Amino acid sequence: MKVGVVSYGTYIPIYRIKVEEIARIWGENAEAIKGGLGIYQKSVPDVDEDTATISVEAAREAVYRANINPKDIGAIYVGSESHPYAVKPTATIVGEALGVGNDFFSADLEFACKAGTAGMQMCIGFVRSGMIKYGLAIGADTSQSKPGDALEYSAAAGGAAFIIGKNPIAEVEETYSFTSDTPDFWRRELQPYPSHGGRFTGLPAYFRHVTSAAQGLMDKMGLKASDFDYAVFHQPNAKFPVRVAKMLGFTNEQIKQGLLVPYIGNTYSGASILGFAAILDVAKPGDRILLVSFGSGAGSDAFSIVVTDAIENFERNPTVWDKVNQGVFIDYGEYLKHRDKIRM
Amino acid sequence: MLPRFWRKIKYRYDLVGSYCENCQSFFYPPRNLCPHCRRRSKIKEIPFDGKGRVLSYTVVHDAPEEYKEEKPYVVALIELENGVRVISQLVCDPEEVEIGMEVKKAFRKYGEDGNSGIIYYGTKFVPDN
Ligand SMILES: [Zn+2]
Repeated sequence: MKVGVVSYGTYIPIYRIKVEEIARIWGENAEAIKGGLGIYQKSVPDVDEDTATISVEAAREAVYRANINPKDIGAIYVGSESHPYAVKPTATIVGEALGVGNDFFSADLEFACKAGTAGMQMCIGFVRSGMIKYGLAIGADTSQSKPGDALEYSAAAGGAAFIIGKNPIAEVEETYSFTSDTPDFWRRELQPYPSHGGRFTGLPAYFRHVTSAAQGLMDKMGLKASDFDYAVFHQPNAKFPVRVAKMLGFTNEQIKQGLLVPYIGNTYSGASILGFAAILDVAKPGDRILLVSFGSGAGSDAFSIVVTDAIENFERNPTVWDKVNQGVFIDYGEYLKHRDKIRM
Repeated sequence: MLPRFWRKIKYRYDLVGSYCENCQSFFYPPRNLCPHCRRRSKIKEIPFDGKGRVLSYTVVHDAPEEYKEEKPYVVALIELENGVRVISQLVCDPEEVEIGMEVKKAFRKYGEDGNSGIIYYGTKFVPDN
């Protein structure tokens, strides 16, 4: 019995700010930053958007495309590091807005940028065990950065929602996770902005966990990089996923379709799964996809996913790239207003 | 404020309205009784599709304190595909709005009770491109 992605939906706020505009304010060299990060611009939420609104919009698209009764959803997990409330789950707001009823398993998840894929794994377990018919896993963020911090060039907003069930458009063949206690990036309770270990975030954190999860999955399945048609990795910038792909033996051709970060920035919990959704937009039956998320702290979830014949009758418009390519550019002043960094 | 908002959450979070099976009329906000059929009303609660067009609009420049961040903003009279008319904030550039413009529902923040209070969510409209 095949279990996997029955439907998916995505949401990317329409506002964008260019690296040049942020660099202008802080007197930094925009070309050097673009060269270093491989990011040209990032998405910015509207003043009335947050992780809950992004989650609802992405989930509504997923439910609409699945053409299922929302009451058949038996679990909702929302993964984010920017839940609107410290105490009061985003998943309750999503459940109410979708009309799921009251009969569902639910929690908010938090594991930096991999909380969305953690939710997918939980839903896969529930569906395989027969406890629920459909599970809804969402990864969404409106990530915060301290004005003037290096993260300001990348911290963006967006999210993706996946309905997990039987008769999928993309079967999850296998999943594998790699987890360790690594303090590369954190935010203490009541602090508005996260702290990070600077250059320490690369090798012991991102690269070790992503390669270990991907390799662990491939070893478990007896697969190699060339057995996959597409691969998508967590993308805090454009440099890391390109380098990690190379380390694992993947080509630029395999990762191109899912590499969104140059045009929308790092959407944190949304990053790897928005890229995965962009791949599903164009994938054909039989295509095999490697999805690897990364969450600071740290851990990586790897998935091997095979697209089924059911994708051919599945509505995939508007595509993720349609949403990436739209955009209304704003200046730094408007950006501060949008990010609620000024108090009125 | 809190109990009153909570009781109406279902109708604010989505366009859940009512339909009279006797005369095929739609209503939003939902009603318990059809004004045409009275005692013969056969009211059913249903979610509306959420697509419509702008019949009329106004641009608010003099906003109340809690909506200052959003001004100037557009408030529009919108006719849904089922004929129901709703008044809602239309999230778009005031320069962009025009009569006849196609719009769709969107889940957005209405506001919040300061930094420690509750956050209010609900349905607004956005351009349907
Ligand atoms: Zn009637």
